[in-house]
Amino acid sequence: MSILINLAGLILIALIIWWFWMSRPGGRKPAAITSETTIIVDDGVYDPALIHARTGQPLTLHFERRDPSPCAEQVIFHGLDVSEFLDNGKVTTVTLKNPPKGEYRFTCQMQMYQGRLIVD
Amino acid sequence: MIQHNLAISGATCQGCARKIIKALTAIDGVSEAEVDLEQQQVTIAADQGVTLAQMEQAIAEAGYAPASTDPDAAAPPSGPESTSTHSDVTLSITGATCAGCVRTIEEALRSTPGVKQAEMNFADRTALVTGSATAAELIKAVEEAGYGASETTLDDDGSEQEAREQAHYRQLLKHMWLGLGLGVPLMAWGLLGGDMMVRPGETSQWIWLAIGIATLAVLATAGRHFFTGAGKAFTNHNANMDTLIALGTGAAWLYSMVVVLMPGALPEAARHVYFEASAMIIGLINLGQALEVRARGKTSAAVRRLLDLGAKTARVIRDGQEQDIPVEQVQTGDRLRVRPGEKIAVDGEVQEGESRIDESMLTGEPMPVEKTVGDKVSAGTLNEAGTLIYQATAVGRDTALSQIVAMVKKAQGSKPPIGRLADQVSAVFVPTIMIIAVISALAWFNFGPDPRLTHMLISATTVLIIACPCALGLATPMSVMVGVGKAAEHGILIRQGEALQTSSKLDTIVLDKTGTITEGKPAVIDILCADGQHQDDLLRIAASLESGSEHPLAHAILREAESRNLPLQEASSFEALNGKGVTATLDGQRYRLGNRRWLENEGIRIAMDSDTLTDKGATPLFLANDQTLLGILGVADRIKSDSRDAIARLRDSGLKVIMITGDIQASADAIARQAGVDDVMAEVLPEDKAEKVKALQQEGRTVAMVGDGINDAPALAQADVSFAIGTGTDVAIESASITLMGGSLHGVADAMAISTATVRNIKQNLFGAFIYNSLGVPVAAGVLYPLTGSLLSPVIAGAAMSLSSVTVVTNANRLRFFKPGGKTA
Repeated sequence: MSILINLAGLILIALIIWWFWMSRPGGRKPAAITSETTIIVDDGVYDPALIHARTGQPLTLHFERRDPSPCAEQVIFHGLDVSEFLDNGKVTTVTLKNPPKGEYRFTCQMQMYQGRLIVD
Repeated sequence: MIQHNLAISGATCQGCARKIIKALTAIDGVSEAEVDLEQQQVTIAADQGVTLAQMEQAIAEAGYAPASTDPDAAAPPSGPESTSTHSDVTLSITGATCAGCVRTIEEALRSTPGVKQAEMNFADRTALVTGSATAAELIKAVEEAGYGASETTLDDDGSEQEAREQAHYRQLLKHMWLGLGLGVPLMAWGLLGGDMMVRPGETSQWIWLAIGIATLAVLATAGRHFFTGAGKAFTNHNANMDTLIALGTGAAWLYSMVVVLMPGALPEAARHVYFEASAMIIGLINLGQALEVRARGKTSAAVRRLLDLGAKTARVIRDGQEQDIPVEQVQTGDRLRVRPGEKIAVDGEVQEGESRIDESMLTGEPMPVEKTVGDKVSAGTLNEAGTLIYQATAVGRDTALSQIVAMVKKAQGSKPPIGRLADQVSAVFVPTIMIIAVISALAWFNFGPDPRLTHMLISATTVLIIACPCALGLATPMSVMVGVGKAAEHGILIRQGEALQTSSKLDTIVLDKTGTITEGKPAVIDILCADGQHQDDLLRIAASLESGSEHPLAHAILREAESRNLPLQEASSFEALNGKGVTATLDGQRYRLGNRRWLENEGIRIAMDSDTLTDKGATPLFLANDQTLLGILGVADRIKSDSRDAIARLRDSGLKVIMITGDIQASADAIARQAGVDDVMAEVLPEDKAEKVKALQQEGRTVAMVGDGINDAPALAQADVSFAIGTGTDVAIESASITLMGGSLHGVADAMAISTATVRNIKQNLFGAFIYNSLGVPVAAGVLYPLTGSLLSPVIAGAAMSLSSVTVVTNANRLRFFKPGGKTA
């Protein structure tokens, strides 16, 4: 019994590591390339959380914030020096004129909301 | 049968979905269609004979074609329409009562020339239009379709936003009461000696079952958002604060339910229920969030205040008629009237009238500014005295006020490097805590005393609940938000968070002379007269000689003559000799005004001493007639009245203050003495200023450069922190990391004081958050058990966790009361 419980605990740890760190959302199937899309901000997640864009093309993201909790009030694109306040219950448009090639994270202030932007 | 997935756009409700399905299933061969509103996608099952074009056409006819399938939109970029001149206009729509109206309105908008895309959000009755059409054209289109519309920027509906926040706050409080309403009596029962154990077969088992179901109801209502958030995050391979709360409260509830339903499966000592913990934690965390919402509202007060500066209506003059219209409808080129006591509605240029305008709300300069024909006025400033008629030059998002707000908001979202460690920790925080919880449970299972199951549950739950990623994540951004806002209130625009941090550790500051320490406008500061001569006579002659000259020194003399109301004489045979001076004839008499050497070469004896002028940093101009010297005019670029005080403040804060100028050493030294700087770099060509800054950096100094932002761009770019000073409302100066709208050097000292205070505040927050988590988690795991003989209650952990993020926000709010101080004004 005690071995089983210990084993279950270790497997749980391994699963946590695998699920949250090793396997990434959308890692297997790349998101469709987009130049404009709407991202729903609700219940702790950006939906979609993976955005795939082309270099040299402006990217327009309409953030629709449905989550009234203050965590959701800002979106920050790390490495692009872009951030925007999202008004609750509204659509806020963020336009990236010419995002350079690379992979960027976009998160809320506390990094609880997490998304990825791939530009290639 | 083939399955197709097609993109749609603008479908916001079930009504839209029905319309799309109806349009598609009307096609012969389409058997089924399903709309995914969130993904804006429709899945169609159709026979092989049905073409993609047919289906796309059906969707387009229903009004929900995505931009990419719209042939106009897919056209290659050409002309201004498809470039960055595209802007979004958000309209607030009235009269739309059903989803069907949405389509009509969207069609009306899309058929307006210049519109690329139009989407209406039925939920909040707004329409977002992209394209080059103006708001007025769009409003007209909507009105013609039978509805009402007005432009709204996403920023200006502060009251609506406030109402939403208020509603959210009330909901959180309601959830708190639900949680505590069940949790407090249960906890009181336990504390007062009530039995929290389940005894199989007794009535109490049924009572506990009822309480368990009640707790589930609390979790499903007051705690619902934690569970849905955790669930959604999990499917996205994310973990957040919701995950921790959902796991903690869920585990406590689940364990308790097992105890109630299968007490026999557990050792007797482990048959304890923890329903009160689940309910209490949900209640307390809702309370914490409610407090946080309240505290957070204040952190963005500075931006709100800026937004509130904007006028709501404007008095426009069209076809000779004056009418008050909403400010959103003012267009570039409109003529507007502003009466005393009213705000300037949009940026413009004065066409008629004279007045004083209070610009302090933007520039931080307390003195009102005189405005007359040709001067620029800025939206949000206050007209004090007269009536002005001005022409709109920038409206909506193009006004200086809007740009300032945008810049402040952007900077508020940026992070100084000091916050990076917290960011890195935040990114891995939640899964790490989950792992610690599992390890802690296993440790209690393997090494702990009985009842081991209970200890496992308590330690794991408490670890999950006490850990607070929020405090860590909020530590930096909250302080930056308040600090940047505070600076904006003083007319200081900080472009990036990084500048905040660097400003707080500067040791050297290089000040450009002209326009920074000095007014940047040469003026006559003194006139020395030869025997028998009068100042006004000399000035009148000098001004008459210079009336044809374009030299800055000539302007100084002419301004002085004008201010003394001296009539000028007609000059003839005017001649300007480069590097020497000017000569002309007045009333048949030849006069010369120029430097000493030239006059001496012309045979004029200089019997007067000009040292008193050069000692003041003035350039002496010698005035002579054909034979004799009449007097000397001292022209100098006066130092600003408060430069000396501000420089003293900078020096008091431990900075080395250096003046840099292209002036000759002697006059540079004179200005330097008046200003009280530590060091002078004179005779530096503009292009060499950057080199000088670099040399200082190579000595290991952290250097700030202060200049006007235009001529000093390379030096500003080279410096660690750059200040553009006296830009007024021309805030688009990109070369500086900090823009001072006011012209006073106190702004530099204020900016540094605010930066230092903000960075100190960030450090306090980060320290608090790190200490809280790194002490709280081990205590929750039970490291104190050998000393205290008991584990920390999950309820206490819930209270601590709620308080920790409130504390961070409250500490950041303290910055709002910070006064940079030191101003003599």
